[in-house]
Amino acid sequence: MILARIVGTVVATRKDPRLEGKKLLICRQVNPQGDDEKGYMIAVDTVHAGFREKVLIVTGSSARMAYGCKDTPVDAAIVGIVDQVDHEA
Amino acid sequence: MYLGKVVGNVVCTVKDDALVGQKLLLVRRDDGDGTIVAIDAVGAGVGERVYVCRGKEASFAFKGVEVPTEATIVAIVDEVQR
Repeated sequence: MILARIVGTVVATRKDPRLEGKKLLICRQVNPQGDDEKGYMIAVDTVHAGFREKVLIVTGSSARMAYGCKDTPVDAAIVGIVDQVDHEA
Repeated sequence: MYLGKVVGNVVCTVKDDALVGQKLLLVRRDDGDGTIVAIDAVGAGVGERVYVCRGKEASFAFKGVEVPTEATIVAIVDEVQR
C-alpha cells in the first residue's frame, strides 16, 4: 500500500455502471516524510476522504476487496485516512 | 515477495472496516525501490528485517476475512545466507 495526498477530483458522466456513485480522486504519492513524489493516480474513495488529506491507497487487484468495490473495475482504492506517520531517520 | 526493513508505523483512525485491528507498518525495501505500507501478520516491530508478500496473495495471510491489502509482512527474518 502507498501513502498519497489528495490533489483533486475527477468527474465522469459516461462510465462503467459499477462505478456509479463512487468518488474518484486524483492522488499524488508522498514519501513517509510527507514530500511529494513523481506522478499521480486516480483512486476510488471508500472512506469519505477530502481535498489535501493524506490517505492510504491499496493498488492492484486487492483494491477490489475495499468496501463496496467487489466486482468493480477498480485498481486503486483509498482505504484509510492517515492521522500520523512515525518514521525513523 | 521481497525483503525489507521496518522503519516506522502509520496510524489511521478512519479506515476500511476490514483493517480495524491490523497494524500498519512502513517497510523500506532492501532493493532500494522505495518505502511502502504493509500490514503486519506476524507481530513485527520497528528495526526488524522482514519478508513481505505482495499482490492479491497478500490478503491470503488473513484467510477468512477479505482484508484489502497488497503488501503483508508474513515473516521476520533471522538470517540471510548469501
